[in-house]
Amino acid sequence: MAVDLHFKTLSELQALLSAGELSSVELTQALVDRKEAVDDKVQAFNSLDKEQAIAQAEAADQRRAAGSVLGPLDGIPIGLKDVISVKGQPLTCSSKMLENFVSPYDATATTHLKVAGAVLSGRLNMDEFAMGSSTENSAFKTTVNPWDLERVAGGSSGGSAAAVSAGAVPVSLGSDTGGSIRQPASFCGVVGFKPTYGRVSRFGLVAYASSLDQIGPFGRSVKDVATVLQTIAGHDPKDSTSIEQDVPDYAGAIESNKSPWKLGIPKEYFGEGLDPEVKASIQSAIDWYADQGCEIHEVTLPHMDLAVAVYYIIATAEASSNLARYDGVRYTHRSKDAENAIDLYFKSRAEGFGEEVKRRIILGTYVLSSGYYDAYYLRAQKVRTLIRLDFMKAYETVDALLTPTSPFVSFKAGEKNEDPLAMYLSDIYTISANLAGIPGISIPCGLNSEGLPVGLQIQGKPFGEADLLAIANAYEEAHDYSSQHPSL
Amino acid sequence: MSDKGSIDIDYLANLARIELTDKERELFSSQLADILGYFEQLNQVDVSGVEPMAHAFQVENVLREDESVEGFDANTAVEHAAAKRNHMVQVPKVVEG
Repeated sequence: MAVDLHFKTLSELQALLSAGELSSVELTQALVDRKEAVDDKVQAFNSLDKEQAIAQAEAADQRRAAGSVLGPLDGIPIGLKDVISVKGQPLTCSSKMLENFVSPYDATATTHLKVAGAVLSGRLNMDEFAMGSSTENSAFKTTVNPWDLERVAGGSSGGSAAAVSAGAVPVSLGSDTGGSIRQPASFCGVVGFKPTYGRVSRFGLVAYASSLDQIGPFGRSVKDVATVLQTIAGHDPKDSTSIEQDVPDYAGAIESNKSPWKLGIPKEYFGEGLDPEVKASIQSAIDWYADQGCEIHEVTLPHMDLAVAVYYIIATAEASSNLARYDGVRYTHRSKDAENAIDLYFKSRAEGFGEEVKRRIILGTYVLSSGYYDAYYLRAQKVRTLIRLDFMKAYETVDALLTPTSPFVSFKAGEKNEDPLAMYLSDIYTISANLAGIPGISIPCGLNSEGLPVGLQIQGKPFGEADLLAIANAYEEAHDYSSQHPSL
Repeated sequence: MSDKGSIDIDYLANLARIELTDKERELFSSQLADILGYFEQLNQVDVSGVEPMAHAFQVENVLREDESVEGFDANTAVEHAAAKRNHMVQVPKVVEG
């Protein structure tokens, strides 16, 4: 079989499968081999059940032979962040708390993938309970950046980004609460898409901050993430916050929705703290859109500088409540040293949670505690409203916003994890999309002088996924960045 | 908003039901003081008349028909409990005497 299968896009693999030049078993085996060759270095996978993956691939090949292909994902391997349930597979959230937990049911996104015939290939590493920006908070291992093994993959979906970047899967799923899909996609030079809040069901996604969490895809091209999004999007009665709205034909929209667009440049994303090389890359992307005839407008999001503070109040408050379920009683790690029932909670949680999770639970407990609720949590919810209104005002003039995904390229492992506030501030460009509930995509935008990927973020209107994909695809097609790969 | 340095870390750890080591107690106290200091900037915003936002899209009273649906059997539900007996989760004694 061709030696470079691992860097092919989903669309290319699909064409090979359709033409009968490749079987799903051959593809799955090739990617398992690739994982075994590179993952000692990259550390993207928490686990991979080869036998199960090959069995799913065999079933896909049989369907193809019988002429009953289920769709574009049939027989295509996909990796899942270890926070999305697959019945019978481990669900660790990269935490000792759930080290031995096996899902008793499928997430709705998983059900959609299974119905589409996808081969579920591997559980991908992450920051513990999705809390972090570098995957250094995993209780098991630190996923590193395939472009530079001394640097981080980003986070919290670092394994999902690195596995695609390293060629171990063509597509993967992650979750994005404050940038956890877009920032690692940017650091690892792949495409990452956070849909509108409510576009994809959260049922079976282990909750971190429920009003912000959203599942989304990673891939090597905009069309590939569109294919995955098409499969997992839609209303779900099992998630009361999923929205009853039709899912448009994303592939069709990419073909029909053409330039010129009206694009906004929010000046708050280009101030202090932005790396000059990142700034130059983003500026050249803006210039490219202008050259295509797009109207470029400077816009303002006046409350943007408050987004990190608002996020770390709301997200930690929700986390302190959501993570109360890990009590040592029903399905989690249980301390062997507890002297009584109450002590069982204290000791099991002390042993099961890592440092960042404890820090966020304590912080969330504080902002919700008696006497502080109004000053922190309620005030943050009000400023959240102002942040959302800023975006809605900007969208009266423009279709989408062009910004950097992150103020800098991937940083060195160990550089920020001693200083939580510095780490929190690294999410500054991605967080407000979660607060506002809007969609955002990060696409490769070239390499800096050190050969590290830069990400262009495009944020859109609520349920404006089709427009975002079309805008992103136009840039991707005109540039060769998606065909650049790390040498591992 | 807050009195900096007045964080009662033991009170919070107790509310959160997490036993902290001395090292964590010290580390978190100083880090939380920094983070809460950073939060102070929210005081500069005039939020009078602004509605708080709990979710991006207001959805209320999402109801379904009151029909029974299939759930886990007892064995599956307690499968991952560290201690169990007769399809039930076993815990240390709660009530003394």
